[in-house]
Amino acid sequence: MITSPHQPDDLTVGTEAAPPPAPRDPKKIKWLRRKRALAGFWLVYRQSKMGMVGLILLVTFIFLALAAPLLVSRTDLGVSDPPGAPFLRPSGEFPLGTDDFGRSVLDLVIYGSRISLIVGFAATVMTMTVGAAVGIIGGYYGGKTDTLMNALTNWFLVIPWIPLAIVLASILGRSLFNTILVIGLTSWAGTARLVRADTLSVKERPYVERARALGASNWHLVSRHILPNVMPVIFANTVLTVALSILAETTLSLLGLGDPSSISWGGVIFDAFDAGALSAGLWWWLIPPGICICLVTLAFTMCGYALDEVLNPKIRER
Amino acid sequence: MGSRRYLLRKVLHAIATLTFVLAFNFVLFRAIGDPVKLLTRGGSLHLDPKEQQALREEFGLDDPLPAQFVNYLGDTLRGEFGYSFASGRPVIKEIREKMGPTLLLVGISTLLSAAIGILIGIKGAWRRGSAFDTGSLLGSLTLYSMPEGWLGMILLITFAGTLGWFPSGGIESTDQLTGFAHLVDLSKHLFLPCLTLTLGYLGEFAIIMRSSLLEVMGEDFVQTARAKGVRDKDVRRRHAVPNALLPTFTLAFYSVGFILGGAVLIEQVFSYPGLGQLTYGAIDQEDFPVIQAIFLLGSAAVIFFNLLADILYGYLDPRVKEA
Repeated sequence: MITSPHQPDDLTVGTEAAPPPAPRDPKKIKWLRRKRALAGFWLVYRQSKMGMVGLILLVTFIFLALAAPLLVSRTDLGVSDPPGAPFLRPSGEFPLGTDDFGRSVLDLVIYGSRISLIVGFAATVMTMTVGAAVGIIGGYYGGKTDTLMNALTNWFLVIPWIPLAIVLASILGRSLFNTILVIGLTSWAGTARLVRADTLSVKERPYVERARALGASNWHLVSRHILPNVMPVIFANTVLTVALSILAETTLSLLGLGDPSSISWGGVIFDAFDAGALSAGLWWWLIPPGICICLVTLAFTMCGYALDEVLNPKIRER
Repeated sequence: MGSRRYLLRKVLHAIATLTFVLAFNFVLFRAIGDPVKLLTRGGSLHLDPKEQQALREEFGLDDPLPAQFVNYLGDTLRGEFGYSFASGRPVIKEIREKMGPTLLLVGISTLLSAAIGILIGIKGAWRRGSAFDTGSLLGSLTLYSMPEGWLGMILLITFAGTLGWFPSGGIESTDQLTGFAHLVDLSKHLFLPCLTLTLGYLGEFAIIMRSSLLEVMGEDFVQTARAKGVRDKDVRRRHAVPNALLPTFTLAFYSVGFILGGAVLIEQVFSYPGLGQLTYGAIDQEDFPVIQAIFLLGSAAVIFFNLLADILYGYLDPRVKEA
């Protein structure tokens, strides 16, 4: 994913194995090159302890989210026929106690991983798409288009995100889709700025000039040369954006702007807060979802850090 | 480019941004949202058509949009944000009352998190790879990953609930106290909210300071200083740190907006009577005049601090003006 088929210079790593017999089929060459670049990338990534811890954590949570329907029965999460009495302390039957309806907090936390991760990924896809589009269009076309795109980016960079998110969420209403939309709309600007800067430098490289001289269209240049080469920047940024999106979802939920009908970690904390868990000291209801948010965010951040070190040789240890 | 032109350009840029925010707010509420529906809390406040018409006239909603925009600009610049649905009082009055406590909380927290974060960042970067560096980096990342509203709840439940060391909320126990006794009481109330916000933003400062210093440490002038035989301590204090401080310094100004946003939840958790609590209540009650005013003032504050950062940055690092 990191490497691209049309990457003229090997940006990622300098580990070259002995050249195998060259295949004739161009498709095979492409795949071979991808495989080799990926293997080289993995070799460097593996050395980062932080990156490995993050990756293991991440895989665990993704597995948990995928397996949630097998671990928890959906009926136990309904409020009409809860499995236990309300506000039970942690016990053998309910390892993390129960909430105000009598639902198992452990079940809520397991199921909540789904919404938190979905929002995190979906909002990130939106952020990246908008950010990359605005950044590449501005950087590639330059001139008035760039001025306009740059102004738009700067505006969105400056507007403080919480008030903007509050305004948007209040107007649009509370639903899962709107949560994703609000996070995407408020966080694409940083990506756009990074992508624009990178596009400006890629655009000037000789092979782009060569392709242009050969009569390549704008679309061809952007999709075949610019995009594949700014991909590493977008990708390293993506991982950190997922972390930020998950935190943003939590903040929105805690403000009471989350989707009331879906179970997310932020939503569980909000419900606990709303039901007076603070004054009643119901720690088992508050602590677990927060720790999960913290761990997942940390996992993404650690992976992002490690990725950045691999993809950006400038900051590798001198 | 001269200093004056640099200043002028930055000020114009800030004004343009502010205008955009004003226009954006107008479009959001009048064009995308249905103002009558928003003003009647999603239609839950039932009005017959006649009353709705009266409302439309009162807010000038039947005027052409450009005329509405001019009216809206005039009102906003005069500080007329309408009346709060919840209290029925002018929004601007509510905001003025709640501003002081928030500025106090956000101001102290920003200064503390920047100061402590910078110190941790310097120590970590200078001894890269040491136990302190690894530990503080991990700690910073963990703090950065914590939802600060949740952190506030945990601190509240531990230190105010279980241990009972601090009051669980508010800004004062009684309004009878004066002088030193009042100050002590205020500090006790401020301690936990400030601690939460400081912890919540300290990680970012430490991380930025660390990477900024690492970058500077690789620069030629640091090598030169070392080669000249300058003591390690002096290389750090006189050559490396001042240059590495610049990006962190701007971050402090840029962070004001985030910390202000973070204060919304923290104030609600600690029942702290500031703008954050006002905002939280306004969201809960769909009090749109208040939400709009807070959006505008929050954005204006952030734009102002960014401008301040740009101006100071240009002064501290004259190279910026040339760009």
